Amino acid sequence: MNEIYDVIIIGGGVVGCGTARELMRRKAKVLLLEKTNDICNGQSKANTAIIHGGYDAKPGTLKAKFNVLGNAMFDQLHEELDVPVQWNTSLVVSFSEEGHASLEKLLDQGRQNGVRGELRIIDEAELRQREPNVGSEAKEALLVGAGGIVCPYELTVAYAENAAMNGAEFLRNAKVTNLKKLENGNWKVVSTVGTFETRAVVNAAGAYSDVFNNMVSEQKVHIRPRRGEYYIVDKKYRDVFHAAMFQLPTKMGKGILVAPTVDGTVLIGPTAEDIDDKEDKRTTAFGLAKTLREAARTWEHIPTRAFITTFSGLRATGDKGDFVLGEPEDAPGFFNCCAVESPGLTSSPAIAKWLSEEIAGKLDLKENPDFNPIRKAIPKFREMNAAEREAAIKANPDFGKVVCRCETVTEAEIREAIRRPVGALDIDGIKRRTRAGMGRCQAGFCTPRTVEILAEELGVSPLEVTKFGGDSKLLQGYLFEEGKNNA
Amino acid sequence: MRNTDILIIGGGPAGLAAAVGAYEAGARDILILDREERLGGILKQCIHNGFGLHTFKEELTGPEYAQRFIEKVLAYQIPYQTETMVLDVSADKVVTCVSRKNGLEQIQAKAVILCMGCRERPRGSLGTPGERCPGIFTAGTAQKFTNLEGLMPGKEVVILGSGDIGLIMARRMTFLGAKVHACVELMPYSSGLKRNIVQCLDDFGIPLLLSHTVVDIHGREHLEGVTVAEVGPDLKPIPGTEKYFPCDTLLLSVGLIPENELSEMAGVKIAPSTSGAEVDEQLQTSVPGIFSAGNVLHVHDLVDFVSEEAMKAGANAYRYVQGQLPQGGRKVPVQMGFGVGGIVPQFVSENAEDKVSFMFRPRNVYRNAKVIVEMNREQVLSKKTMILAPGEMVNLSIPVEKLKGLDKADSILVRIEVPEA
Repeated sequence: MNEIYDVIIIGGGVVGCGTARELMRRKAKVLLLEKTNDICNGQSKANTAIIHGGYDAKPGTLKAKFNVLGNAMFDQLHEELDVPVQWNTSLVVSFSEEGHASLEKLLDQGRQNGVRGELRIIDEAELRQREPNVGSEAKEALLVGAGGIVCPYELTVAYAENAAMNGAEFLRNAKVTNLKKLENGNWKVVSTVGTFETRAVVNAAGAYSDVFNNMVSEQKVHIRPRRGEYYIVDKKYRDVFHAAMFQLPTKMGKGILVAPTVDGTVLIGPTAEDIDDKEDKRTTAFGLAKTLREAARTWEHIPTRAFITTFSGLRATGDKGDFVLGEPEDAPGFFNCCAVESPGLTSSPAIAKWLSEEIAGKLDLKENPDFNPIRKAIPKFREMNAAEREAAIKANPDFGKVVCRCETVTEAEIREAIRRPVGALDIDGIKRRTRAGMGRCQAGFCTPRTVEILAEELGVSPLEVTKFGGDSKLLQGYLFEEGKNNA
Repeated sequence: MRNTDILIIGGGPAGLAAAVGAYEAGARDILILDREERLGGILKQCIHNGFGLHTFKEELTGPEYAQRFIEKVLAYQIPYQTETMVLDVSADKVVTCVSRKNGLEQIQAKAVILCMGCRERPRGSLGTPGERCPGIFTAGTAQKFTNLEGLMPGKEVVILGSGDIGLIMARRMTFLGAKVHACVELMPYSSGLKRNIVQCLDDFGIPLLLSHTVVDIHGREHLEGVTVAEVGPDLKPIPGTEKYFPCDTLLLSVGLIPENELSEMAGVKIAPSTSGAEVDEQLQTSVPGIFSAGNVLHVHDLVDFVSEEAMKAGANAYRYVQGQLPQGGRKVPVQMGFGVGGIVPQFVSENAEDKVSFMFRPRNVYRNAKVIVEMNREQVLSKKTMILAPGEMVNLSIPVEKLKGLDKADSILVRIEVPEA
């Protein structure tokens, strides 16, 4: 416990990494501790990837406030962090005449929340003109001009890379096991990689944020994860819908979303199932069937042969019905980003900004004149034109070697994903940073080469390469003893 | 821009044979492009024997079979470029490709032969519920790890699907000291070759569980086991039949998908029943001068037929370049009647020459059935068979003389007739 940190952030999700970046606008010594093998490994990687307009949350809630504030920050994030953002609008579709009153209510709520841009109810004719593939029962919809889509992992990785560029430290496989208030007012943070002293703690631990809050405060929070199951459909269907197609919530449920992603695939989901186990990210026969059944109202002929994958994500649903943000009265220097579920991704830039200002005020942190807000994305070969491709290969011949055929990801991109600050340490990390293995063959072709490159870059044996850290090794041994020497 | 008469995309069994076929027909300006380091395609990792019985009348391993064609390519001095990935093919036959060595290149071809092969259906496309842990491989990926990289995916194996690669890997993993607990097949029949079921499962006492599927996948950080259940006639799991199999490896052999992304870029029409290009009896696609052969056209059971088909495509591509391939005639559609799936070709030109070959996969298992070809409602061929199964392709060849009135025909029908019970 030699150096004293200004801030230690627990959790490397979108809120933790975003807060780390915002804090670097000040002169601060910041450390982020992530318990898994990589950042963006929890709900930040498995969600609907929507920039919500802000009509959905009850007026006056933190969710409503930060959603609308965060929504307005995405153009700047796109500019500064080179993260793909598309303002494709959201449509909340009603499938019955009775739905009109609920649409009116959402419209009114949106206005109260201060949702920017176009916000109006469109009739069936306009709906069908905009979205000719919407299901036959669709009647009308709420159009949310401020609705958009973003790549949630690219955003989280970009936050982290930019924070690291500006001096924030990141430790992965660093699970925080205890927090203790010291007599000098600082906090002692005990983790699996060592014990640290810090002036302030940020609790951005997602589904586990209740554990840390409850460790230090009497204002207890309880998080019960809500599991959502999703399908991804091949990018062949990228033009089926233009907007993110929500279903108007009814007594029967919140409805299933069908939405294009910034990568061109189509996302279908999520279900909402309260579960007890914070690690239970299974998909289930029941959940997957329900997803498709309900989504069929929006998209009647879902091409079941075009599924690329299924996944599930856990939302950190708290028992207060709202985000729990900031310092609890009885734990000064401890800052919560607790129970941040949907619209957490949209809110993340606003939460990070607000929180960093709170902390800066409290710790009297000075402006950092050297802060550089610009982060460039790994150059994407698939998005380059011919001249750019030629130039890229000339500068680095590894751009001439396509490793992932389905998504046209080159060796140069994969190597850079590993070499960058807070770089990839496993197969899934490469996937999130480059899309290698995320295409229609689901890594069948590129896995052997990706394993090789990872082993080479990390200086380990291919047997040590994991899918997502821990014991998630892909391979179990060499065929023959002499294999070891040849490898 | 570089120019070539015939550009072949893919240097696997189809691409090699297409090159040889084109050369032997007279072509001298041919170029093969392949994305891997060495020619041979998937045969490089197919180190088992059983290849070449039809073509060479002897039993070869995959690499040996490929080598026979590679040696011809070398002897004919046919140029090839490896580690070259084709990114785009246009309808006017401009091929854009990329490599470390030459960077980005555009090549104008007079004819293109599509020989890109196929890929394996992944777990994600099945929607199998459960954990998304490591330990789940497509059979071909596992085959690459074991046979080319010398790496072992695991020791306790369950195989889902009974495609040929899965069956071959059941035996391979057994040879490598793994225990293969079961091969689980959704359908009431296998999609693999009978000889593979006998030689790869039966000979090693590996149970083939027909009408079963994997309904759950267990293990957070690594695969620990799968739940297998029986399915009913509707292919849905039957509650109460679940059985748990501990395993650290699940291999998938649940179907192959022709890789036609480039074909579609060129505007080639794709046939739903094969997921390959629509072709006529010359193996020409809907885009004049673009031909297709091998597993990118339709998934074959034997490489010998791939070679035969690709040699024909190569020779026809050369005739096209020479202006000798009849163009523009009426195309008679080939219809699939009872029991017939994935027929190739989909069209026969009214001015077809010599003989017309048809290949298809039976939709089910049929005993003592007849394969019948009709034109203008008249039978032009009837062939008795002992047993037809989806795993074994049916090959028919009809001399053009038998197709009298082809120029006036509205369709050709291929169907299976089962004996009355």
